Parts: sequence; C-alpha cells; structure tokens
Amino acid sequence: MARRPDLLDTLSAPLLRQNPVTLQILGICSALAVTTSLATALTMAVSLTVVLTLAAGVISAIRAHIPETIRLIVQIVIIASLVIVIDQVLQAWFAEISRALSVFVGLITTNCLVLGRTEAYARFHAPLPAMVDAFGNGLGYSLVLIVIGALRELFGKGELMGIEVLPLASSGGWYTPLSLMLLAPSAFFLLGGLVWAIRSWRPEQVEAPEFVPPARTEPAE
Amino acid sequence: MSDLWSLFLSAGLAENMPLSLFLGLCTFLALSRRPESALGLGVAMTAVMGVTVPLNQLIYQAVLAPGAWAWAGRPEIDLSYLSLIAFIGVIAAVVQLLEMVLERFFPAIHAAFGVFLPLLTVQCAILAGSLFMVERQFSLAESAVFGLGSGAGFALAVVMLSAVRTRLAYADLPDGLRGLGITFILAGLMSLGFSAFVQVVPVP
Repeated sequence: MARRPDLLDTLSAPLLRQNPVTLQILGICSALAVTTSLATALTMAVSLTVVLTLAAGVISAIRAHIPETIRLIVQIVIIASLVIVIDQVLQAWFAEISRALSVFVGLITTNCLVLGRTEAYARFHAPLPAMVDAFGNGLGYSLVLIVIGALRELFGKGELMGIEVLPLASSGGWYTPLSLMLLAPSAFFLLGGLVWAIRSWRPEQVEAPEFVPPARTEPAE
Repeated sequence: MSDLWSLFLSAGLAENMPLSLFLGLCTFLALSRRPESALGLGVAMTAVMGVTVPLNQLIYQAVLAPGAWAWAGRPEIDLSYLSLIAFIGVIAAVVQLLEMVLERFFPAIHAAFGVFLPLLTVQCAILAGSLFMVERQFSLAESAVFGLGSGAGFALAVVMLSAVRTRLAYADLPDGLRGLGITFILAGLMSLGFSAFVQVVPVP
C-alpha cells in the first residue's frame, strides 16, 4: 500500500508536469505528422502507448543481463520487433488507417520517446514502475496528439472522427473550412501555441533566457 | 537525367524532411541552437542518407522483396516484414563505420561532429528515407539521388533555423514562448515558405 502514491505519481507526472512532447522534446516527429485527423491520431497514440509500455516491461525485465556496450542495439531490436507486431496487426484489421499512417507506424522504432524512456528509466527500475512510467508517458503523448488532431480536423474539415460537427458552407451551413489547418505549417503553430499555453499556466517550465540584457543605465544627462 | 534532378529538388525542397513531412524533428529542434553544430549535423545527415538509402535498396531487392528468392527455387518466400529490422541494422552499421573512418582519417571533422554522429542511428528521417524508398519502389540511382536530396534539404532547413534562432537569442520574448515555443512557430513559418516550393518543383 505504501508504494501506491509513488506509482500514481509516476503515472500522472508525464501528463502535464513532465509532458514528453511539450517539455522533454521527445517524439515530436510523429506527433505532428499523423494529426491531420482524429482517427489517425488516436491510432498512433494507442500504438505508441502499447509499444512503449511493452518495450519498457521487456527491457526492464532483462535489464541485468544486457551488456552495457551493446545495450542500444538490444533495445532497438526489441522495440523494432514490437513495432513489426503492431504494424502487422494494423494491416490485418485496420487496413484503411494503416494506409493513412503510411511509414509512420514503422517510425515508432526510431521515435525518440520510446528509446528515451527505456534508456532513461526502464534500464534502472523494476518492471512494474518501468511499465507505469512508460504508460504515463504514452498517455502524455496521446493527450497532445488528441488535442492537436481534434483541433486540426475540427477546423480543417468541420468534422470529428468523420462526423460533421460544424455545418459546412458548401452544404448549406455556415462554416468555411480552413484548409491551412490540414497543411504542415498549422501543426507547428498549434504545437507552439500549446507549449505557450502550458507554460503560461505552469511558469516553472519556462526556459531560462540565453542572454540577459545588461541593466539599463540612465543616460548621463 | 532531368528526372533525377527533379527528384533531387523535390526530395530536398518540396518534400523537405523536417518542414513538410515532420521527420527528424527531435534533432532538428535540439541541435539548431548554434549554426556551427547545425552545419555539422546537416553534413552528417547528407552523408549517412546518401549511403544508407541506396544500400538498403540493394538489400531489399536482393533479400527481402517478395520473390527475391526465386533464383533459389523458392519464389513464395516474402521477407518484407523483416525490412524494419534490416534497415535499422544497416543504418547503425553505416553510422558506426562512418564514425570509425572519420576518426582514423579526418580527426578534425570527427571532432567537429562530436556526439551527433552516433545520435543519427535513431534519427527518424534516415529510417524514413529507406521506408519511402520501399513504398515508392525507387531504382538504385533514384534512391541514391533521393537520399542525397533529402539530406541536403535537411541541412538547408537546419542551418536556416539555427541562423534565425541565434538572432532571436537577443529578442525579448514572452516568458512562455521562450525556447521551444518560439522554435515551433519559427519552424511553422519556414514550413509555410517551403510549401511554396510544391508549385516550383514538379512532384514525380
């Protein structure tokens, strides 16, 4: 019982306080590429969370047996095997979404988030906390993906999960879709805005300025 | 020839890895603080991608593609599900090899690269280059040009971003936007500019 608060803390910390995407700069690549619609974002979030949790569990279980010198290769092979399983599952049962995700499922292998968590946490902790930490990070990642995916699909197409939410002007409604939302730049802007919002709400995440201007001295006259 | 040139341009500009496909963003954002390190990263990217994409193309065609074992009388063998592991292995080996060669013959360049070289093993853009090669069924020449073009495009983007960020170090930004936030917005603006290249370069 005494350990429960710790686990709960490990689970909840990555949601906002230590969010992997907005604070640790991990796993951004896929976070932006797959968020043109909510359905692909959800699939990606679930796949990544599953891979991350399983990889952390496996690596943490055999952590005492991995030689230090080849640990990166061992970790990558474990992650790649899990990703292949997920990829085959998606191709078998969700063929349409799998095509929409294109190479990005395969790219979970090189997602810095997975390797970052296994390297930084799972290597030093027992399987249970390692998996809880991985699951929490997966949830934090999913949260960002779902927020951005929902915003982009809502304003870009007026739909959520393919169901029309804002009546489109082309079919008699009032909403004209912002096609910029479906293009690459808007993902950057939205994520930048999200980072700004989170850091305004939690000022302890603000980065220190690189350059502090010297205190202004009053002119002599 | 003109086909290859337009493939080079489209890989580097219209389908720029970090700005329009969001690949390799982690290193793109993390190492663009200073122009010198950004340049080193860009050169290393171009070299590694120019080597690994054609190499993986050879391996894919000879070993992994469906029907690759027809010469041995086993045309039904399809190993393409192994391509992910094979590609990662090749990339890790090439990066390691490049590091050893540089260390032995060009110690100055090796010192300039520093820690970026081993990091390239887990760079999504490099793996994506090989995966795109399979998806679009490039020939050997096309994959070499595609690899070089993507690497050069990455180098261009990361050097430009680092130049802007160096200037911004002296700007008075809102607290929450400092660092990561403004970098995203800068990348968004650059991506807006790069998206104009789609009309300049015919996508093959």
